[in-house]
Parts: sequence; structure tokens; C-alpha cells
Amino acid sequence: MSAMPLHDHHKRRRARNYALGGVLLALVILFYLITIAKMTGGGQ
Amino acid sequence: MTDASYITERDEAGSAGLETVCREAQPADYLALLKPRVMSLVVFTGLVGLVLAPGSLHPTLAVTALLCIAIGAGASGAINMWYDADIDAVMARTRGRPIPQGRVSRDEALGFGSVLAVGSVIVMGLAVNWVAAAILALTIGFYVFIYTMWLKRRTPQNIVIGGAAGAFPPMIGWAAVTGDLSLMPVLLFAIIFMWTPPHFWALALYRSDDYARAGVPMLPVVAGARETRRQILIYSLLLVPLTLAPWALGLAGPLYGSVAALLGAIFLLLALRIWRSETDRPAKHMFAYSILYLFLLFALLLAEHGLGWRA
Repeated sequence: MSAMPLHDHHKRRRARNYALGGVLLALVILFYLITIAKMTGGGQ
Repeated sequence: MTDASYITERDEAGSAGLETVCREAQPADYLALLKPRVMSLVVFTGLVGLVLAPGSLHPTLAVTALLCIAIGAGASGAINMWYDADIDAVMARTRGRPIPQGRVSRDEALGFGSVLAVGSVIVMGLAVNWVAAAILALTIGFYVFIYTMWLKRRTPQNIVIGGAAGAFPPMIGWAAVTGDLSLMPVLLFAIIFMWTPPHFWALALYRSDDYARAGVPMLPVVAGARETRRQILIYSLLLVPLTLAPWALGLAGPLYGSVAALLGAIFLLLALRIWRSETDRPAKHMFAYSILYLFLLFALLLAEHGLGWRA
């Protein structure tokens, strides 16, 4: 059974979701690094 | 575009609905809402303030501070596009933006901008310090409420006063490191503040029809091209000595002083050409050069600092 073909708007929505996921991942990494910097006294 | 509006428009438009599908917002449209070209100059001037400030900041926190400046500036741009969607649709220079093109709804732009604005200030406050966060909040508020909502459609002095919003980033960068302000960041603020009128009026001179059509009372629309040319010259005469102040006050070295004098002489020459000319050509040259001028002035300060030539 073949998968349903993706419409253009599905592809576009997928691109948007990937972008949003990328932003969220970047934020997680940023907050992690900020926490490390603060804990090691970099914020003083 | 929201799912609901997408469905409604497709149903109502019938075959034209395909067009709606093709115009669904993409990540690039949200990026365009942040006015990336404006953002790049803002980030650069913020970086200069951050680097010139005495003391040090953990690299991660420095990057965070610059990110917050960038996002805060971008958020202001998105909220500006929400408020100015009606005039953006009329002006040739702005009608390709995501809202007039129908790729992003006004509500989405407002929500996007507001979340980013609040988020950038909170992250700046929690990660860096609350002085920098307060100046960032002031910058966003000034651009949105003072410039966009109050001044832009009311007075030809809109970009003179509103220019302060674009001048704050070096102060934010400085405050991110020191937690306070001193003479140098105020000078950097003053340079950008005085640079803004000749920069924007040069653009407005050859885009005056666009502004007139949109009902924006830019100086050439209200007072005419002749008066605008005179004002560009006056502000240029005030700006160039001000750019030499960091060197005169011992806050910058001889490299900055000499090159700033040379660049300033070119700026004055272009302002004089605008004043004498009746054509748009000198104004176009001034607009392009003014961006390079500000960039080079701040790059010189960075270079001197890097070379250890700072007084």
C-alpha cells in the first residue's frame, strides 16, 4: 500500500514544523548553556 | 495564516483557493517580519557597545545578549508591520512584505512580535542583567508606541525623535557587560541618533511619492524637497563633529579620529551635493553611503579595540 501523496500545503506545513522544532531545540541548548555559564560564575 | 482562515478562504474562493494554499506562511515569511536587514545593523552596533565596554562577559552570555537585542529589534519590526499593514500595502517599497502579500495575518504578526518582545526582555534580564533588559524594553516600547503608533503618521519629525529607538542598541550592549552606562555608550547613542535623519530623509527624498500616497508625513511630503535638502545638510553638519567626539574626548584612538574625519568629509560632500542638486541621484548616493558610513565608524572602534589602540 503506497503512502498518500503530500499536497503542497502539507509540505509547507511540514517545513514550518521543522523550523519550529529547530527553534525549540536551539532554545533548549541556549538555556542549557546559559545555566552552565551562570553556575560557573560567568554571570558575575 | 491560521488553519481556520485557510479553510474559510479556500471554501469561499473555490478554485482560487489554490492560490491561498500557495501563499501559506513559510518560515521565511516570519523571518521577513523581523526585518533582518535592519536587525543586522542593530546587532552590529550592539556588538560594538558590548565589546567596547570595560570588563568581560562570559561568551555564552554575550551571545545571549546579542541574540536578545536581535530578537527584540525583530519583534519591534513585526509589531510595526502589524500596525502599519495598511500603509505597507500602499507603498511600493513595502507592499511585498508578508502581511500585504497575505502570507501572514495581522493577528499572527502581532502575536509573534509580542511573544518575541516579552521573551527577549525576560531572557536578557534573567541571563544577563536587568539594566540591559530595561533598556531593551525601552527600545522596543519606544519603537512601537512612540515612533510607530504616535509619531510616524503625525509629524515630519517622526524619524528625528523615533530615531532614538535605533540608537539604543550600543547602550544595551554596554549595559550587558557593565550593568550601567557612561559617556561612551551615550556618545554612540548620539552618533546614531544624529545619523538617522539624514539617512532616512535621503531615502524619503526619492521615495516621497510613495510616502505621500500612504499619507505618511515625511519631511519631503510636508515641507518639500528643498527644505529636506537643507535639513539633511544641517543634520550632517551636526553629525560629523559628533562622530569625532570619541577621539576628541580620548575615548577613541588616532586611527578612529583620522578615518572618521575622512569619512565625515565624504558625508558632508554628499550632503552638499544633495543641497545643490534638484535630482534624486545624490540622495540615492547619500542613502547608500550613510549605511556604509555608520558601519565603518563602528567597525573602526572595534578594530582599535582589537588592536589595543583605544585611549
